[in-house]
Amino acid sequence: MSSSAEILSQAFTLGYTYTRSTGPIVGQFLTSLRARKMVGIKASDGKVLMPPVEFDPISAAALTEFVDVADAGVVKTWCWVKEPRKAHPSDKPFAWAMIQLDGADTPMLHWVDAGDEAAMSTGMRVKVRWAEETKGLMSDVNGFVPEAVALLGELKPATSDEQITGMEAPIYLTYNFTAGKATARYLQSMKKGKLVGQRCPNCRNVYIPPRGSCAACGVPTEEEVTLGNKATVESFTIVYIPIPGNPIKPPYVIANLVLDGANLSFLHLLSECKNEEVRIGMRVEALWKPEAEWGYAMENIQYFKPIDEPDVPVDQIGKLIDEGR
Amino acid sequence: MAQLAAVVGVGQTKYKTKRKDVSIAGMVREAAVNALEDAGLTWNDIDAVIIGKAPDMFEGVIMPELYLTDALGCNGKPMLRVHTAGSVGGSTAIVAATYVQSGVFKRILTVSFEKQSESNAMWALSNPQPFSPHLNAGAGGYFAPIIREYMRRSNAPYDAGIKVAVKDRLHGAKNPLAHLQLPEITMKEVEDSPMLWEPLRFLEACPSSDGACAMVIANEELAAKSPRKPAWIRGAAMRSEPTMYAGREQVNPRAGIDCAKDVYAQAGIHNPRKDLDCAEIYVPFSWYEPMWLENLGFADEGKGWELTMSGATSLTEGGDIPWNPSGGVLCSNPIGASGMIRFAEAAQQVRGEAGDHQVDGAKTALGHAYGGGAQFYSMWVVSSEKA
Repeated sequence: MSSSAEILSQAFTLGYTYTRSTGPIVGQFLTSLRARKMVGIKASDGKVLMPPVEFDPISAAALTEFVDVADAGVVKTWCWVKEPRKAHPSDKPFAWAMIQLDGADTPMLHWVDAGDEAAMSTGMRVKVRWAEETKGLMSDVNGFVPEAVALLGELKPATSDEQITGMEAPIYLTYNFTAGKATARYLQSMKKGKLVGQRCPNCRNVYIPPRGSCAACGVPTEEEVTLGNKATVESFTIVYIPIPGNPIKPPYVIANLVLDGANLSFLHLLSECKNEEVRIGMRVEALWKPEAEWGYAMENIQYFKPIDEPDVPVDQIGKLIDEGR
Repeated sequence: MAQLAAVVGVGQTKYKTKRKDVSIAGMVREAAVNALEDAGLTWNDIDAVIIGKAPDMFEGVIMPELYLTDALGCNGKPMLRVHTAGSVGGSTAIVAATYVQSGVFKRILTVSFEKQSESNAMWALSNPQPFSPHLNAGAGGYFAPIIREYMRRSNAPYDAGIKVAVKDRLHGAKNPLAHLQLPEITMKEVEDSPMLWEPLRFLEACPSSDGACAMVIANEELAAKSPRKPAWIRGAAMRSEPTMYAGREQVNPRAGIDCAKDVYAQAGIHNPRKDLDCAEIYVPFSWYEPMWLENLGFADEGKGWELTMSGATSLTEGGDIPWNPSGGVLCSNPIGASGMIRFAEAAQQVRGEAGDHQVDGAKTALGHAYGGGAQFYSMWVVSSEKA
C-alpha cells in the first residue's frame, strides 16, 4: 500500500442547448415582448398576473384572458449587486428588483440599471428599457431604468410577427470535479503506464478501475493489485451510430473487457480487428499511446487489439481463481 | 394492516415525437385532466400529488415538479417527486399506492412524463464523465452486450428479437395512443432496418416520445363510489441493486427475480403464465421480452424465447399470455412515463377499458418497469377482484 494520493481535479462542463416548447400562454407573452408590449393574464379571482402563467396558482384553472399592462411600474423590493458575475445581465453594479407594472397585480423579477445603490428605493418608479433588437426573449427588456431617465437608443422594428411556439435554452454548467482517493491512485498509476486495481478484503474480487469499495460486500478496498495488459472480451457491441461529442467514426467495437486477474469488466474500444470476428472469450491486449501523451486517464490506452491466444472458456471469464487461501 | 387501494382513473396523452404545441406543464396537465375525467373527479377531490420523471437532464429543467404545482392543482396539498431512472413511472405509482394503502391519504393523483423533444436522451445518457473514456453510446450501447450474452447462453434463434419488434408494433396498431403506428410491419422489414448497436437493429429499439400518463388512486371506500370499474392493487414491490460489482448477474438480475417473487406472493400468484391474464412489461429493446419472460418466471431460464416464438405473448396470434397489448415501450417511450404507462395499461385491462387492445376477460395483470443499468425494478399486480 503506497502513500496517500494527491488530489486530482478536473474542470468539467455539462451542457446542452435545449429546445423548449413554450405552449400558447408563454408563447404569446414572448411574442408580445418581441413587439415591445407587456401582457399579463387574468387569474380566476380577477387579478392580473405578470408574467402570465398557464394555470391559476390558486384554483388550478387554465387561464386564457390576456390583459395589456404598462411598461412602467413600481419597485416593490430589491437587492443591490455590487460585483456582477459573468452570467448577470449587466457588467456594472445593478439591482435585482421585483417590479409591479401598472395594470398588474403581481410583481415580476427583472433588473434595474440605476447606476448607484443610493438611487434605488422601494416604491420608486421605473420603466422598461427595450432592447435595440427584440427576439422574443425576456432579454428583450434590457433592464429597467428610473422613470425620469431619458431613453435615446434607436429601436429597430421586430423582425417577425409570427407567433412564437418555441425557444432555445442553452444550459451549460461548468464545475470542478475532484476524483476520490481510489480513483486518484488509479489515475496516477495510469500516468506511469500501469494498470492498478484494488482487491476486496472480503470476497477477494479485484476491481479495475477501483472505486475504493466493493459494491457487493459494502466494505472499503485498499489492497492494490498491479495488472497486466492482457484482457478477455466478456461481451461487446458494434456501434453504427456516432457518440454525441465523440469524433470516433462508426462502425466501431465497444467491448466489455476483463483484464487478466480482474473480476469486473470495463468498456473500451477494440481495434485492429475484423468486426465480424470479434467474439465473447477473445483474447486482447492494450495498445498504449506514446509515453509523452500519457495523462491521468484511461485514454492512455488507445484501444485494445486481438492477440494470438486461445479463447477463454465463457464460464471462466472474470471468474475468481481460487488462490488456495 | 394495509388498506385496499385501487386505480379509479387513468389518463394519457397521445404519444408523439414532438408535442410542440404544449409546454411541459400543458402536456402533463392533459394527462392529469384525462385521469380526473375518467374518475369523475375534480382537483378538489385530490389529497396529494405524486410526480415522477427520469433525469432532469432530459429536459434541462431542474426540479420540474416545483414548476408543475400550478398545472397539477397542488395549491395547499402535499406534493412529492419520485426518481428511479427508467423505472420511475412504476415507482411513482407504487409510492402513490402506498400512501393510500397506509391510510395517510384517501385519494392521490399520480403523474409522470417526459418531453424528449426538448433534448436528446442519447446525449443525456452518454455525456462525457470526468476522468473517464467517453465511450457510452446511449442505452442501446449499454444493453446490447448484455443481450448478446443472453443470445449466447440461450441459443435463441437470431430472429426472436425481430419477432418481438413485429408483435409489439402490431399490438400498438390497435392502440390509438401509441406513438409508432406500423400496422403493416413485417419480420423482413425489421431485419432489413439499419443495425444500430449490433445485435440491435433500428426497428428493435424504442422510439423517443413526448407524453404523460396519470392515474387517480383511491382507498376502498372512495373507490366504491367510482363511476367506472376500479383496478384493485393486489401487490406492489420495488427492488434495486448496484450497477457494477464483481459477480453481478446482468442478463437475469437478482433484483428483478426477487421483486417478482415479492409481488407474486402478495397477489397470490403461483404460476405467472397461468394466474395472470396479461402483462405490460418494460421492453425498450426487443430482446428484453425473452429475457424478462425468464426473469419474471413466465419461462424457465434459457427458454423465454420459445414462448415468444410460439406466439404465446401475442394478442394478435391469440396467445395465452399477451405481453404489452398496448404496444409497449417499443411503440411509445416518453421515458419517465413509460413505467407508469405499463402500470396504467395493466389497470385498463382489468377494468375492461383497454379498447381495441383489450385482452378478453382479463382479470389479473402485471405492470412492470425497470431502469438504470437494469438495476431498479418496480412491479404491481392489479385485478378486477378485491381478493
